[in-house]
Amino acid sequence: MVRYSIARTRRWQPIAVGLLIILLVVWLPARPTEAQQQPRRGGTLNYVVSALPPSFDAHRETTFAMLHPILPHYNMLVRFDTRNFPKVIPDLAESWSASRDGMTYTFKIRQGVKFHDGSTLTSRDIKASFDKIIFPKEGVISVRQPIYQMVRIIEAPDPQTVVFRLKWAAPGFVEKLASPFNWIYKAEIIERDPTWYERNVMGTGPFKFVEYVRGSRWVGRRNEDYFERGKPYLDGYQALFISSRSAMIAALKSGQALIEFRGVSPAERDDLVRTLGDRIQVQEQPWQCNLIVAYNTKKKPFDDPKVRRALSIAVDRWGGSRALSQIALVGPVGGLMRPGSDYALPESELVKLPGYGRDMQRARTEARNLLREAGVPEGFTFTLKNRDVQMPYEPVGVYLVDQWRQIGLIVQHSQQETAKYLADLRALNYDASVDFACDFIDDPDVQLAKYVSSDVNPANYGGYIDRQLDLMFFQQSRTADRATRLKVVHQFEKRLLADQAYVMYVLWWQRIVPHWRRLQGYKATTNHYVEPDMREYWLSE
Amino acid sequence: MNRYVLTRFLLILPTLLAVAVIIFVLVRVVPGDIVELRMVLGGSYVTPQVLAAERARLGLDKPIWHQFLDWIGGMVRLDLGRSMWSGEPVAREIGLRLQLSLQLAIMATLIATALAIPLGTIAAVYRGSWVDQAVQVFSVAGLAVPSFWLGILIILFLLTVFQYLPPLTFTPLWTDPKANLAQLIWPAIAVGYRYSAVATRMTRSALLEVLREDYIRTAWAKGLGQRTVLRRHALRNALMPVITVIGLEFAFLIGGLVVTEQVFNLNGIGKLIVDAISQRDYTLIQGLMLLVAVGYMLVNFIVDLLYAWIDPRVSYQ
Repeated sequence: MVRYSIARTRRWQPIAVGLLIILLVVWLPARPTEAQQQPRRGGTLNYVVSALPPSFDAHRETTFAMLHPILPHYNMLVRFDTRNFPKVIPDLAESWSASRDGMTYTFKIRQGVKFHDGSTLTSRDIKASFDKIIFPKEGVISVRQPIYQMVRIIEAPDPQTVVFRLKWAAPGFVEKLASPFNWIYKAEIIERDPTWYERNVMGTGPFKFVEYVRGSRWVGRRNEDYFERGKPYLDGYQALFISSRSAMIAALKSGQALIEFRGVSPAERDDLVRTLGDRIQVQEQPWQCNLIVAYNTKKKPFDDPKVRRALSIAVDRWGGSRALSQIALVGPVGGLMRPGSDYALPESELVKLPGYGRDMQRARTEARNLLREAGVPEGFTFTLKNRDVQMPYEPVGVYLVDQWRQIGLIVQHSQQETAKYLADLRALNYDASVDFACDFIDDPDVQLAKYVSSDVNPANYGGYIDRQLDLMFFQQSRTADRATRLKVVHQFEKRLLADQAYVMYVLWWQRIVPHWRRLQGYKATTNHYVEPDMREYWLSE
Repeated sequence: MNRYVLTRFLLILPTLLAVAVIIFVLVRVVPGDIVELRMVLGGSYVTPQVLAAERARLGLDKPIWHQFLDWIGGMVRLDLGRSMWSGEPVAREIGLRLQLSLQLAIMATLIATALAIPLGTIAAVYRGSWVDQAVQVFSVAGLAVPSFWLGILIILFLLTVFQYLPPLTFTPLWTDPKANLAQLIWPAIAVGYRYSAVATRMTRSALLEVLREDYIRTAWAKGLGQRTVLRRHALRNALMPVITVIGLEFAFLIGGLVVTEQVFNLNGIGKLIVDAISQRDYTLIQGLMLLVAVGYMLVNFIVDLLYAWIDPRVSYQ
């Protein structure tokens, strides 16, 4: 009996050891992952915001400086899922449906959602908030009103239902509703005083407002009545306003702040990694921001598309991407739409656009020929206006000057303070200028709007009137069929960047977000507007 | 004396009016538009109608003379208006930062004075000796090293050696003196060192000049002790230019520490001035420039009064 037992034990020994090894192999690496997936409650997240919010009303502002400290106090009707960006998920809406003709969107609203003052949210609050954004009363500023031109009326037939009736079947309508600026306010307040939210905070979000010391900090604490059970995990947060880059990096190094949600330069990233080692983690993503060159089309020789095309062709974007991404927060080469987005031209098509070829010798010969055809065979001298912001404007400006020098152009790089720079662009007091655009969404309605005629959109500094572009913008905006819309977008792109070459896309930005490993649940997206998604974050110790 | 004080004080008013006119015109001559900066920068699709409505809301659509009268009218009622950027009252925006800037200026002045007067005196008394040379090196280094650079060095030193960074947010002195001093002592040292260098050199040269005077020789001849000669006769007279320098530096510190405030992330007046100018926040710029002007005028006024207190030869009769 004993012998049998021993024999049986011996026979099982290799199997048991094998099982143990398998368990160890599977279990040991699984442990940290498991720990990462088990959010811990408590703690205060300190992070840096590098500018001050002008007002507290998202419906009238355009800056991340307002979103980063104040967004955690609010909810939207629907929102972008920061873990699967750009997927749209319900926020205050429980679900939604669209009519077959795409002209009606019906949203079912969550029950039992409370504002921070204890009152219950209903569809009336949703309707009032969107009415303020889309149909603002006289004297009320709403900067995103043009994005919602397709909306005819908003209805709230019962406390749990909101209906958007459109003038035409608009593609990407729900994505536009998910704008991180579309905060839901309390109807009673905005009906009484539509400007109340400019200097006050009262939402339904995961954090309640505690204090704001102007120029210093913004503090929030957990909303214990938040509708998502168990969230948020953090006890609170503190947004520290630090405008100096060196002070920001020092704050990150010391651990007084764990993250800045916009991003840092490659040099700053390397410095932080060198100092903090494995205590810091770096997430990188192509950014929904780009650097372009705008030309003053009212001024010779930039009134000639051949000259503009020559300037575009002469710039080596692929080489620039390799070199500049080492020192500046730029990287991806792309056309009008963000590389990697659903609307972007595939690389095989992109390289066919003038200026995107890889044979630079041929491209520069072609550029010189174009200059000859335009009557400036010897080249000419002009000034490239730029912002006096170091990253990424300065290195890209210097790179452009060098590239144009190689086709015989003499370019003076003039960097100016932003207000003066903007005033000069508006007054068409420039030759060519580095310009930029940033947004929260890849939708063509948002990305193309800057390039419609300057009498339609004041943000177009080229001074050109091009009704064909306006028409294409209008068409794509009203084309529900995705493939047809994409075709129109690419036609727009070809006219803007190749045929007329009104602007030149240089490089898209690369987002580099270092953060302490202690901060868990954070996933960098392609833009800094949909963050921070504070309900998802937690601290590991 | 009273009449002099009153006349001197009343003279501040026309000076302020002249300053107000200059500031008002200058900020509007500089190109830039707060509305575009706030709404269009970054390529947002904002209609011209919205931009016009915002300009109207801020009163920028009114004629310049109308805007000026509105502002002057407000000043008469002691109302500096609201910041065009934040919508907050200008007085509140300034008041929030003035506390920090004033405390930092006082701390830096105390450090500078505590260093400068003894060092300058010792250097003058032991002129040409190694002590004098050492003080000269100390003060020339202080003049040569910008305070913001010294500030960066201090931060790097604290971070590298002690893994310590001073607090990033301001706590009032009476709320938590320890946290307050932990934040402000480092910039005060950085600024106070440069400030002391100026004052040390001034003390030394003024004292050297006074020590050559006949009445000092008389004091020595009378058999007075060194301490009495220096403190009662020499230093008191030599302090006149030193006080002028200290006063002017103090006034400068209220709004002039732009870079140092950035380095230490101090929420002070200097940083606010830079923000206001870069945002073309006219009302805030006007309020801040008036504050700086008033600061300089008050300090000059106080310095004038101190002359009479320190030097019996000065009379305001």
